[in-house]
Amino acid sequence: MILRDDPNLESFQEEYWGPLGGLHVDRRDFLKLLGGELLICLAHPKAGSQESGRSFGGHELPKDVGAWLHIAADGQVKAFTGKVEVGQNIRTSLAQAVADELRVPFGSVTMVMGDTDLTPWDMGTFGSRTTPTMAPQLRTMAAAARQMLIEMAAERWHVEPGALAAADAKVSDTQNTRSLSYGELTRGENLVKVISTQESLTPASEWKVAGTPAPKAEGRDFVTGKHAYPSDIARPGMMFGAVLRPDGFNATLVSMDTTAAEKLAGVQVVKDGDFTGVVAADALTAQKGIAAIQAKWNVPAQPSNRDLFGYLKNNPESGRDNAPQHNAGSVEQAMAAADLKIEASYTVQYIAHAPLEPRAAVAEWEGEKLTVWTGTQRPFGVRDELAQAFHIPSAQVRVIQPDMGSGYGGKHTGEAAVEAARLAKAAGKPVKVTWTRSEEFTWAYFRPAGLIEIKAGARHDGTLVAWEHHNYNSGSAAIDTPYDVANRIIQYHPVRSPLRQGSYRSLAAAANHFARESHMDSLAHAAGMGSLDFRLKNLTDTRLRAVLEAAAHKFGWSGAKSAPERGFGIACGTDKGGYVATCAEIEINPATKMVRIRRVIQAWESGAIVNPDGLRNQNEGAIMQGIGGALFEQVLFDNGRILNPRFAQYRLPRFSDAPQIEIVLLDRKDLPSAGAGESGLVCVAPAVGNAIFAASGVRLTSLPMLPKNEVPGEPKSALRS
Amino acid sequence: MGEFVLNVNGAQLHVNAPAEETLLSVLRNRLNLTGTKYGCGEGQCGACTVLLNGRATRSCLISVGSAVNAKIVTIEGLETDGKLSSVQQAFLDEGAFQCGYCTSGMILSATSLLRQTPHPTDEQIVAAMNGNVCRCGTHPRILEAVKHASRLAAQGGTR
Repeated sequence: MILRDDPNLESFQEEYWGPLGGLHVDRRDFLKLLGGELLICLAHPKAGSQESGRSFGGHELPKDVGAWLHIAADGQVKAFTGKVEVGQNIRTSLAQAVADELRVPFGSVTMVMGDTDLTPWDMGTFGSRTTPTMAPQLRTMAAAARQMLIEMAAERWHVEPGALAAADAKVSDTQNTRSLSYGELTRGENLVKVISTQESLTPASEWKVAGTPAPKAEGRDFVTGKHAYPSDIARPGMMFGAVLRPDGFNATLVSMDTTAAEKLAGVQVVKDGDFTGVVAADALTAQKGIAAIQAKWNVPAQPSNRDLFGYLKNNPESGRDNAPQHNAGSVEQAMAAADLKIEASYTVQYIAHAPLEPRAAVAEWEGEKLTVWTGTQRPFGVRDELAQAFHIPSAQVRVIQPDMGSGYGGKHTGEAAVEAARLAKAAGKPVKVTWTRSEEFTWAYFRPAGLIEIKAGARHDGTLVAWEHHNYNSGSAAIDTPYDVANRIIQYHPVRSPLRQGSYRSLAAAANHFARESHMDSLAHAAGMGSLDFRLKNLTDTRLRAVLEAAAHKFGWSGAKSAPERGFGIACGTDKGGYVATCAEIEINPATKMVRIRRVIQAWESGAIVNPDGLRNQNEGAIMQGIGGALFEQVLFDNGRILNPRFAQYRLPRFSDAPQIEIVLLDRKDLPSAGAGESGLVCVAPAVGNAIFAASGVRLTSLPMLPKNEVPGEPKSALRS
Repeated sequence: MGEFVLNVNGAQLHVNAPAEETLLSVLRNRLNLTGTKYGCGEGQCGACTVLLNGRATRSCLISVGSAVNAKIVTIEGLETDGKLSSVQQAFLDEGAFQCGYCTSGMILSATSLLRQTPHPTDEQIVAAMNGNVCRCGTHPRILEAVKHASRLAAQGGTR
């Protein structure tokens, strides 16, 4: 529970810095930001009190039960969290945790999420942190509440609390002669208790509600169209806004003429510093207003795909610590003595999150009080962005995050919220701004591109002896090798990215796994060993071995013999507390050279399983999303302009790309549950790449491996997708 | 601006809009039928799918003016007396969604397919659904849900 020892800390920091670059928080404050403070305080009350007043921006997690839980007179339970539901199914899994610890049915718990006026402060929903931090946080509060309810019943009956027990939403005496429901006990009053001692939480082996495949909370509303997403919110008197965009990145305005737009009936032009937008009674008129504005821009010369990887290598970000993250033994000596030596470079292009719901916000002012409904993974961060933009205290801003049309790490920021609020202020009415697909493709941020250089050595018998791994720009998540190798240099090199970049599902773990697991495959081949045997020979991590063996067994790896038209590949890895191994089967059409992924078996382990159906769903989805980045997704750009900002030009995974998928879940009830929304995609690209190599002998080292359009400056592959 | 009468989910609805405004925009912004979603505005993602005379149609690609004589069914019009259609029920049973933003369009594309082809092959399902994007990657579950809906309908489901 002590985050100080958390091996994944670096990648959380990176995820937080990505979209916010320049905000500096020291390591100690960062631990508090992660929501670990309360838990640390519980374990070490003295250390906690010494640190009081040092928390980031004054954010302390509330220690009173009433801030997190409310039990109404009818027994309905509300649990409050600043985390948000974006399709990863935490509205369900957190409710399971609360129901389980409070001893109430799943259906009686409603989660109140991501509303800055109603829920405790939270840094944001990213880094696979909800399950390992928020679930225990809510369980702690539920356990305290349960104890309070027992004490309340004891007081009413004038008996010792030890003679009572809580189950099925009521407190009963142990002879079961009388009972009081939770609602009868609280009568809807707030639970007032400050947590001061460590609550002992129910172990996974005794979970009743958690650990079961509870169906998606409020699932019916998603098949009837009833659920209101951020872009569906409507307010009385609401107007529609649109924003003037520059001709390219880093553009400066040369001239602007808004006369024609102002003459359009019903169009109000809003200028505020560098911002120009329009407001109209309907969305079509607002778009026409923007189109009528004549603006000339000066777009400076900028990098493009063609020179991207040279640029990344030669443009280090100044002022960032540039020492190796992991350093052991002597790579130089070990390489000199190695029998087998392989060096290779791997590249990944920028890709887009392309959440199906683009950025959207509705803003409404009441005097100096601002309320914004928007899709974001950081409602409290967006609240602060708004407060800063309008020079008002954060307390005067309320951000509400209706469960949204996903994010995948791409919605940490509040652009549409600020735009809608600016327009609403000028119009004196509520305003909705919904980004177009092309705006989302251009003015959001991207999954970083990267260059990865690996140099590795092994003995003839397949023992790894040296590993040197340099990652330029894409990031440090899962950069260290899980294999046993005595001599290592592992280094992430931050770069001044030519495009705006930020978090993406699994961060750089996908890129680092692609490079590492492709390189491992090349070494296995050079050593004349099977891909699985070579990995197992160099791996002592028992959790990783377990998923690798489980995937291989289910896939029938031992009988899988590759041929020119059919290939089998395997890859494994770990990040953010999840362990994953992926086997892929591909076929290559001999005439067309089209590659098709036929079958993927993925084994997953992330401690005790909270919801097996949700876990399968996340793994299946991660595989499908991973196929896009592996085979064809890429952002094409030139001189400050995105060249493919439309779905017609940006190839997404579709039904015809879906392989047969099977997920093998390993349930470790003896281990704490880790998050599972991200790392399920990290082995898709290397497993597929290794399968292509096994069939064709062609080692593809660039993601995407089989782009529909040739990438400027990249060699053309003989294979196609 | 013109006045149009649309037949939506069995009701005659009067709406004022420019004739070139998309049916999607009219449904969402003027009739408050927000179950139909915007995803791309160019017919590439299927989030805006509605039934026009029983056929899956991208509402972002047609104008309100061209929809006046058609029977329009949106996701809000699939339930009968509070009972889910077989396709809706199958999506719920299979848990065939994550964020759910594509779900309306998926359900209407599947409804259209099953009306024309009650017992589709896997290839027919893929072909009919391929224009609908699920960015969360629930494709395998959606394919299962379509097959499940076909079975439900055969057992005397609602539609």
